[in-house]
Amino acid sequence: MSVATLSAARAGIVSCLTCGLLSRPAAAEPGYCRRCGAKLAWRKHHSVQYTWAFLIAAAICYIPANALPVLGTTALGSTEFDTIIGGVIFLYKTGSWPLALIVLVASIMIPLGKIVALSWLLITVQRGWARNAHDRARLYRLVEFIGKWSMLDVFVDAFTVALVQLSPLMSVEPGLGVVFFMAVVVLTMLAAQSFDPRLIWDSSAERGAHGG
Amino acid sequence: MRTASSTRSCRRLDDPRDREPRRQVRFGAPWSVDFQLRHFVRGEAALSHETLACRECDLLQEIPPLPPGGKARCPRCGETLVSHRPKALDRLLALTIAAALALIVANTMPLMGLEAVGRSASTTIIGGAIEMWQQGSQITAVIVAFCAVIAPAGHVAFLLVVLIAVRRPPAPRWVGELLRSAHFMEPWSMTEVMMLGILVALVKIAELATVIPGIGMYAAGAFVLLIAAIIATFEPHEIWSRVQWADGTRPPVPWDRDQTPAGTTR
Repeated sequence: MSVATLSAARAGIVSCLTCGLLSRPAAAEPGYCRRCGAKLAWRKHHSVQYTWAFLIAAAICYIPANALPVLGTTALGSTEFDTIIGGVIFLYKTGSWPLALIVLVASIMIPLGKIVALSWLLITVQRGWARNAHDRARLYRLVEFIGKWSMLDVFVDAFTVALVQLSPLMSVEPGLGVVFFMAVVVLTMLAAQSFDPRLIWDSSAERGAHGG
Repeated sequence: MRTASSTRSCRRLDDPRDREPRRQVRFGAPWSVDFQLRHFVRGEAALSHETLACRECDLLQEIPPLPPGGKARCPRCGETLVSHRPKALDRLLALTIAAALALIVANTMPLMGLEAVGRSASTTIIGGAIEMWQQGSQITAVIVAFCAVIAPAGHVAFLLVVLIAVRRPPAPRWVGELLRSAHFMEPWSMTEVMMLGILVALVKIAELATVIPGIGMYAAGAFVLLIAAIIATFEPHEIWSRVQWADGTRPPVPWDRDQTPAGTTR
């Protein structure tokens, strides 16, 4: 693309993330959107710092989430504790390997992948990389889209508990691991929301490498 | 070149000083879906209603008048900027009413019943959260209740009110607030994830008891499909153009866009 691309921020125009209205603020502090009243910002407020904070918290919670049991099953007097990976192995052994694969991907690989992907996006943004802007934008969209699916195991546990309580022969109680696991999912979702994808393109425009 | 330094105050976007003669845009077929947008060359950034900055990459660009069914994509990052569907608001309202009904059924009727050694019982969606609470995991219970019941209900209820309110523009200001709340709820509404979670839970305990799917399960399935259709049809630009501005002015865009393609008359 030979034409110079112009981002709104470089033209002195700020776009409202809530309603999409463009405004030309007179001051450096853009104030509030005149259509919807939302607070305007050139880029999301402290996007990089907030995203790092959520990510680091999520990475810390990821360890107890996988090490601690998520479900305790009491049957015939003996109690057995299962971690997330234990649940996957149980599903695999009982013959439903497609579901085992789904739980493995949703509970183990997606949270880890999200932490790695967002860290990479943050590092490239902080270092002002101009390359691969398209791929990085696509990666961000993927992270945003698959985020909620890692909540799968929490629902599995909740409904296993609810269903088994109906049966008189055994009882199931949630373990501490499920709280940490949920914290990982919520924190990575918050991290994805606080990341501003426009930062990916800012450095590519500044370096004169036009992404078109 | 008009930049922030030369423009002192924040002006209305339909300021006549900002308007430039509209270019003729040609389309292949009236239903042609994607076409390239004209780039803004530096220094040419005059704002009109059809000037937008891409949400994903902040590229400033002008949206040409779209044919019915047409979509405008960002030439730089590929994000869909605007789509022009005739009667989008009517379709959305119909889908949202259907989704609201499906959600009411999904939450009030038993999700599934269980039969084991001659005893039977049933559970609802909120029953999963309540059981978690009673088993001592209150935080999990609250999050499950939020993602499976409160967020989907809030999303659909707010959308329903917004869509009814914008039928007679200009809609009052609080409609914008509600739309913002609905947008906030959307990523936390996880009915589809819950459905898959129930499926896995069923497989896990299938050997202990016989499970009978209830009406609530079918309603939740219908709700998942309807929400997907709502998100695919959703057109925030159309709705925002009908809401009264926060600074008290009326919406400056003609709201019968179905009759007059955007930007052709003003």
